[in-house]
Amino acid sequence: MKELLLDALHNEALVYTLMAFVPLAWVVPFALFAVWWERKISAHMQDRLGPMRTGGWHGWAQTIADILKLIQKEDIIPAAADRKLYILAPYLVFAGSYAAYAAIPFSAAYVGAGINIGLFYVISISSLVVVGLLMAGWASNNKWSLFGAMRSAAQIVSYEVPVALAILAVVMVSGSFDLQEINRQQAGWFWHWFVFQKFPFLFGALLIYFVASLAEVNRTPFDIPEAESELVAGYHTEYGGMRFALLFLSEYANMFAVSAIASTLFFGGWNSPFGEALAGPVWGLFWFLTKGMAFIFVQMWLRWTLPRLRVDQLMYVGWKVLIPFSFVIVLGVGFWVMALR
Amino acid sequence: MEETMTQPPVTPVAPQATPQGPATVAGFARALKTEEMVISMGPQHPSTHGVLRLELVVDGEVVVDVIPHIGYLHRCFEKHCEHMTNYQQVIPYADRMDYVAAMSNELGYVVAAERLLKITVPERVEYIRVIMAEFSRIVSHLIAIGTYGMDIGAFTPFLYCMRDRERVLDIFEQTCGARLLYNYMWIGGLSHDVPANFAEKVNDFCRYFRPKIRELNDLLSYNKIFIKRTANVGVLPAAVALNYGVSGPVLRGSGVAWDLRKNDPYSVYGKLDFEIPVGKGLKGTVGDCWDRYMVRVHEMEQSVNIIEQAVAKLPPGDIAAAIPKRIRPEAGDIYARTETPKGELGYYIVADGTASPFRVKVKSPCFVNLSALPAMSRGAMIADIVAILGSIDIVLGEVDR
Amino acid sequence: MTAQTLSDMLRARFGDAVTGGKLEGVHDPWIAIAPGRARDICALLRDDPATAFDVLMCLSGMDYGGGKLGVVYHLDSTTQHHRIVLKTEVTAADPHVASVESVWKTANWHEREAFDLFGVVFDGHPDLRRILMPDDWEGFPLRKDFRVPEFYNGMKVPY
Repeated sequence: MKELLLDALHNEALVYTLMAFVPLAWVVPFALFAVWWERKISAHMQDRLGPMRTGGWHGWAQTIADILKLIQKEDIIPAAADRKLYILAPYLVFAGSYAAYAAIPFSAAYVGAGINIGLFYVISISSLVVVGLLMAGWASNNKWSLFGAMRSAAQIVSYEVPVALAILAVVMVSGSFDLQEINRQQAGWFWHWFVFQKFPFLFGALLIYFVASLAEVNRTPFDIPEAESELVAGYHTEYGGMRFALLFLSEYANMFAVSAIASTLFFGGWNSPFGEALAGPVWGLFWFLTKGMAFIFVQMWLRWTLPRLRVDQLMYVGWKVLIPFSFVIVLGVGFWVMALR
Repeated sequence: MEETMTQPPVTPVAPQATPQGPATVAGFARALKTEEMVISMGPQHPSTHGVLRLELVVDGEVVVDVIPHIGYLHRCFEKHCEHMTNYQQVIPYADRMDYVAAMSNELGYVVAAERLLKITVPERVEYIRVIMAEFSRIVSHLIAIGTYGMDIGAFTPFLYCMRDRERVLDIFEQTCGARLLYNYMWIGGLSHDVPANFAEKVNDFCRYFRPKIRELNDLLSYNKIFIKRTANVGVLPAAVALNYGVSGPVLRGSGVAWDLRKNDPYSVYGKLDFEIPVGKGLKGTVGDCWDRYMVRVHEMEQSVNIIEQAVAKLPPGDIAAAIPKRIRPEAGDIYARTETPKGELGYYIVADGTASPFRVKVKSPCFVNLSALPAMSRGAMIADIVAILGSIDIVLGEVDR
Repeated sequence: MTAQTLSDMLRARFGDAVTGGKLEGVHDPWIAIAPGRARDICALLRDDPATAFDVLMCLSGMDYGGGKLGVVYHLDSTTQHHRIVLKTEVTAADPHVASVESVWKTANWHEREAFDLFGVVFDGHPDLRRILMPDDWEGFPLRKDFRVPEFYNGMKVPY
């Protein structure tokens, strides 16, 4: 795609800028859909119906109506807030979540930037979110936001370690950081997917990755940074209107990004589960998006089922449960790979 | 997964110019100036169950002191009572104290007033009152459990509890026309008799509700995360509980088997067969939040038993026969207490021989239970304060009257 | 223990701190005590194993009219299954009663409420301040002669 645009426009800067907008074509409609989907899923799990009226059929236009409402809200910045940081924070959070999409391959034909250290880049750039959250909590000039931001920073930073270790296990098996390469190595029927390789180690790595990624995106049971019942709304208490919409969008973008990584690393990414049948560039996009949405569904399912952990219990789970297990997995995979060589 | 629960409170270090001792970690820790932060939980807060302000003095996440500030919902119930022209007029006001379980407030008042006036009511009235009081116990505990789950982060049980509560509110509506605030129990009788198919409706509900309690237990009560958040948190020893005068599930959760329906019976509770659940520290320590929570769950089961027995024994009769036309008690005073879902509700009525009360003092169980909050919160974290407050189950309408 | 025995015991121990009472022909037998000795009497009632009043059920402020205020204590024993009522009386000019907060922690908030609504001052209470009314409220609302102030912090009180 890059070559096509370069040929047409002959302007590298313009081409790169345009290509940066391409994942947005998925992220924004996805966020609109995911908010509606979450409301419907939560409603049906809670024995009620959810949005039913906006737009007619099951309230499909509810999120659009919400966005329209948020756009036309008055932009209020608390008088004692740190203006520059307050304004900058949502953009940083969004940038951190969105930049990960550069290296995620949506299909055999499309990857934003085919970096050979793609996975490494993805983990690193998504840490930018922490800076944004801390900024948001601090700049709000609200003690409760500060609590949310502090907890969030501690949580995200702690859970990066099990994420990285789980990913390391996959990298050891595949031998490459390049996400497109990892996808290619899982070609074939579904038993070629990494989740079934080196059993049970990579399966354990999937579980650890999934649980730790819940903490990365601040979803229940790790949602104390935005724990409604304690902190009102945590780090985004003082945000309203479009700034809040941007933070909300970043949360869903982040959710899909980690789901996409999970499906790429463990479930074959854009590969069809039936080998050559139903494969191809467009089919690849379909499979990739479906697998990502399946993980999103599980995330939503867990949110509405489980209570949340207290902050010290959460740290305990991260440091004293997930990390030892992930060490064992890394060792196991390492020995296995060496033994095969 | 064994781990230490709440950490001991960290004492703040006084600011010092230079570190004492050699440049060790301990030396730096001593020199590190920390300050306690005062943060207000409330009066507008999703988890304070109403307008309550908790002033928290925190050191990081650990709460050093919690100071409740109440009075935001004070509606001058006691002053109003002195200006009523009739003892019956107090009843709608009594409803509005614990607005979640209004029938219990009414029952407390009419029991006190009837003892003062030395009226005996027909047995049918007593049985219906017991049925309504136990329904209000179920309704109150459903809210307590649902909102408690929500405070801990489990959003779904709340909706399930609300769904079940709606069915009870339907029964209330069919009986007296109101869902939440009834003005149903009058001094000497009731305002309406029960509808024709009352027994059938009640038995339908009891059959429907028992499996729902099991479902609630599966979803919330024995969930590992829920237990981790509530066991060993907010422990209230029995002696401290009695000294603070707490009552109801808070007291029974601390292991004290004290329930006015058995220990100081009123109405027809003496003729009904039921058990008193008591906290045993099954998942942690006796008197922790989980115990108080489970006492409420078990009490709902027992209430269903009571309702089934009462509706089977419901005698025929006239519910308005004993309502006095003029209420003019002779001068005197009385203190009568009943077991509401929140605890021991006491009415101290002072009569001066006129048609309006001289003084009505309400001893509100939530008021007393809330005063024990600082004693339960030693060394807790902010998240624990939410859990402890939820386990006390307060309704600000009753705390402030 | 009957009310008569209890009253006799208190009279024997505290002499003229027990100023009267009515034990017959009432729903709740009551004993009148001197306001300054409330703490000592209550401490004995709690600690003596024969009486064992371990629970303070209710502490109510009263305004009897004519400048007379009072406090009514309802005591209960979970072990001995008896109850008693104690009553004290003070004047509005000198409304001091000994605090029983050190005997039962229940009294902490109840005495604050009696102070807030009646103006009874409890000597020895660790933290006697208003509890239901705002901290800067003037007047004692539940007194019979209370008149609602016209303005509160510059806002007109409508009724």
